[in-house]
Amino acid sequence: MSGTIEVAVWRGGADGSLRLYEVPEQESQTVLDVVTYIQRRLDPTLSYRFACRVGMCGSCAMTVNGLARWTCRTHVRNVVRRGKLELRPLANLPLIKDLVTDMTAFFEKWTRAKGAFVPAADRLQDFARVPPDSRARQAASAGIECIGCGVCYASCDVVSWNPGYLGPAALNRAWTLVNDVRDAGNRERLTAVAGDAGCHACHSHRSCVERCPKALDPTGSIAGLKRATARALLRREL
Amino acid sequence: MTARAETWLWIIQRATAAVLALAVLIHIVTIVYAVRAGLSAPAVLARTQGNLWWLGFYLVFVLATALHAGVGLRTILRELTPWRGSSVDGASACASLFLLVAGWRAAIGLFA
Repeated sequence: MSGTIEVAVWRGGADGSLRLYEVPEQESQTVLDVVTYIQRRLDPTLSYRFACRVGMCGSCAMTVNGLARWTCRTHVRNVVRRGKLELRPLANLPLIKDLVTDMTAFFEKWTRAKGAFVPAADRLQDFARVPPDSRARQAASAGIECIGCGVCYASCDVVSWNPGYLGPAALNRAWTLVNDVRDAGNRERLTAVAGDAGCHACHSHRSCVERCPKALDPTGSIAGLKRATARALLRREL
Repeated sequence: MTARAETWLWIIQRATAAVLALAVLIHIVTIVYAVRAGLSAPAVLARTQGNLWWLGFYLVFVLATALHAGVGLRTILRELTPWRGSSVDGASACASLFLLVAGWRAAIGLFA
């Protein structure tokens, strides 16, 4: 481990360009280590976002050699091609500067998809009892580990074609709440996700499933929403 | 479009896809069978004229095709062009209607 990696990093805003940096190779080096090295040793004006460094916070996602990834959990040796790395900001999001995107639209879509829990009970009532092996609990558990990193959203073809599309993360969140028996907001939620930029726009390309660092299945969640909205329509609840 | 309308379109798209999967299979098998000894108009008409089964089959086939194509065209236009709004819905509905009228006219022409 004594060589160098040639790293092309996106600099500037939407009209910026790639700039080359030489970074020394190290044992067990992550892509986030590479970006940090550039900022601390080569160019302190480089902007990027990170927090936990261990795959918990979801803030360090970037486009690494063409694919959206968490940089903190991506080892250089697994993605480097002929000694080269190319780092760009996440796709499908407005660029602020360098490797930092504006996530506002991404999180606004969680709100539009009614991604907030609506309690059916108040504090005077007893705790809800949810059998861990019930179908609804299993479906909610399958999608609940999303940390909102935006990798699925940046990888989604439908978002790139239709910027209004709610996207895999917001729809996956809605699906976990549709399966939460304590929630009372499903009528509004199903109406919100069935609009012209909602779950029916998904083509099941499964890029979100392929890229999700948590190995979640947003396409499956969206398919669940399609079935749930169809059932609600036939029951005149939509 | 409203959530109700979008969901109806999705149900129509899926239901017609299921019909088309079977109808296209029957259609292709029939073509392969029919052209074994060369294809001629009298041979086709001999099979279809007065045959209610073939008339019913092609009326259903055309209906499924027209609906499926219209809904799909609307999606493609909205994704791959900047065209939005109710005029896309209207144009797609016109395309559906054209396929339906032209297809049913042909099916009835083969029967009568």
